[in-house]
Amino acid sequence: MEIIVCIKQVPGTSKVQVDPVTGVLIRDGIDTKMNPYDLFALETALKLRERHGGHVKVISMGPPQAVDVIKEAFMMGADDGMLVSDRKFAGADVLATSYTLSQGIKKMGDFDIIITGKQTTDGDTAQVGPEIAEYLEIPHIANVLRILKITGKDITVEMDMPNTIEIAKVKFPCLISVEKDIFQPRLPSFKKKMETKNKEVKVLCLNDMEDKNEKRYGLSGSPTQVEKIFPPDENTDKEIWEGNGEELADKITEKLKELKFI
Amino acid sequence: MFKSCLCNKIYKKIDDNDIKFLKDLLGCDKVISGSNISEDFSHDELNTVKAYPEVLVEVANVQQISRIMKYAYDNDIAVVARGSGTGLVGSSVPLHGGIMLNMSKMNKILEIDDENLTLTVEPGVLLMEISKYVEDHDLFYPPDPGEISATIGGNISTNAGGMRAVKYGVTRDYVMGLELVLPDGTIINVGGKVVKDSSGYSILDIICGSEGTLAIITKAILKLLPLPKKIISLLVPFPDLDKAISTVPKIIKAKKIPTAIEFMQREVIIAAEQFLGKKFPDDSADAYLLLTFDGNTKEEIEKDYDVVANICLDEGAYDVFITDTDERKEAVWSARKAFLEAVKASTTEMDECDVVVPRNKVAEFIKYTNKLQKEFDIRIRSFGHAGDGNLHIYVLKDDLDDQTWKEKLAAVFNKMYGKAEKLGGLVSGEHGIGYAKKEFISEQYGKEYMELMLRIKMAFDPKNILNPGKICEG
Repeated sequence: MEIIVCIKQVPGTSKVQVDPVTGVLIRDGIDTKMNPYDLFALETALKLRERHGGHVKVISMGPPQAVDVIKEAFMMGADDGMLVSDRKFAGADVLATSYTLSQGIKKMGDFDIIITGKQTTDGDTAQVGPEIAEYLEIPHIANVLRILKITGKDITVEMDMPNTIEIAKVKFPCLISVEKDIFQPRLPSFKKKMETKNKEVKVLCLNDMEDKNEKRYGLSGSPTQVEKIFPPDENTDKEIWEGNGEELADKITEKLKELKFI
Repeated sequence: MFKSCLCNKIYKKIDDNDIKFLKDLLGCDKVISGSNISEDFSHDELNTVKAYPEVLVEVANVQQISRIMKYAYDNDIAVVARGSGTGLVGSSVPLHGGIMLNMSKMNKILEIDDENLTLTVEPGVLLMEISKYVEDHDLFYPPDPGEISATIGGNISTNAGGMRAVKYGVTRDYVMGLELVLPDGTIINVGGKVVKDSSGYSILDIICGSEGTLAIITKAILKLLPLPKKIISLLVPFPDLDKAISTVPKIIKAKKIPTAIEFMQREVIIAAEQFLGKKFPDDSADAYLLLTFDGNTKEEIEKDYDVVANICLDEGAYDVFITDTDERKEAVWSARKAFLEAVKASTTEMDECDVVVPRNKVAEFIKYTNKLQKEFDIRIRSFGHAGDGNLHIYVLKDDLDDQTWKEKLAAVFNKMYGKAEKLGGLVSGEHGIGYAKKEFISEQYGKEYMELMLRIKMAFDPKNILNPGKICEG
């Protein structure tokens, strides 16, 4: 099986500060890590390779230092990795990101399946996976809980819908985005770190892409413009009420109405 | 001669006058007596030694404790102080009834001094409150005994150790000063915010680990360190426990000291997986070492762990796995933290041996317990601090009948304590002696040493009213 996994470098902590003037995340001096949801995608790929043979390739889009997550994927067992990186890709929204990644994937050769995590911890949109599949014109399934069966030509999975679990079968090549906990991700290996220390990571820029039209990438390819990023208000107001059940129930109903929650 | 002074003492029973005194002093709602006392206060986590106090009082300040002690001293009433009751050797169980001081409401953090790097607290503050409070100030209180709902007073009283002892030492190393109430009600201060102290006998050090038998701790000044910015753990799979543990002295010798070196075996990991309903990140090996490093940058820590990782590989480790993010730490440490509960859930009853042996003897001791397991046909499980030589060995009852269990347990414990002594070890690494391990300490130390301890007890508490029946008394 030829498997491609999409991974992203995200801030290593949830305590990221936002510049109060520009509204941009202050990333300087902040540790980074692989998006935790992508660990499940990569683990799924490695498990499939163990059972069905083949190769696991990872792709990431980001600044040059995002090469670290590709190297981390090598430490977990990925065979090959590619970074899509160009200043012209900066400021991309979900659509431009998906398009850029789909262009990058076209440069990775034939594949049976693309696996992505459910979402990222910094963007939280959960849309990039399905949009990549749309650009590549392949079938896709999101919220995959379990892989039930794989044949030479298709895969059957359980998908988590809000109130039901559906079983779906799709033909290769396809894309699935997997839920957290589908498998327990393995830890990076020190041995593999040493073995892959000098392993090459291919870096693609705009000029390497099939579509070189700048307007499809980065800020100019993004219909969504982020006006402002701000941390959610911390709610520390506290009131203590006393009374019997009935009184308190009335009081809380009134309060919720006042706050327009109900 | 001292022994006879302490044993078989008859304590005055609590009567209405005593209750009136306590209620007048503390207020009616702070005094509970007789059958109104909750069962919780009759035992600690050991749960095999049980005794109720005659009266349970909630104290709020040092003056109240001083008044109560003076009253108890004048009237020959036994007094026991209790924190969260998380002890494991019955130290806070009131064997002779009397008054129990519930210290848990003396739980204020009084001062953080960032010029002297100290924290002043009341004894009922919980460990988890301390770590959170100081870490919010970018500071660090290193002792980490795992039981985070224990009080600092209890921790000082047992000289609790914990997982970071390899690099940072134990509770005693972080207690700089104490306010104490002596058995006759006198209030004294020992130590202080001073880094050095060679001013006579160290009462401070003798109180640490004295299990509430010498004085009551009413305030503590703790030493803090700057908070290390980064922590990385290595999970190292080995073909067997022997290879894993034999590697530990070589790691220590390399002078790249991890904050913690823990060992774990497949059976305990499987028990934790079943208990948590969650997979451990690796299942390739029979035995693992879990090494933790701290520092201020990833690069600084990597430099240290590279050396240690290579030592492990040279010693036959299958690989070395890097646990560097919150998610990965959670996957590994959630299992480690569930070991005790998981082992407990796998059997009907168990008892624990908390011996400490020199670090290069850990492998030999563990191998010996494996031998005992076969010899006595009883399940024995162990995990713990390979780096500081403090072992937690659990003997499991499973489906043995009470009589056989009692006999086998006594025989196995005797053998284990005997072996520890031969290897240059001691009865307790961090849980204390209390009631449960008295027999073993007196066997190891012998008559003269025990008499010396009794004389110390007598110097502090000539009427033997404070936590009687513990550590060195008959």
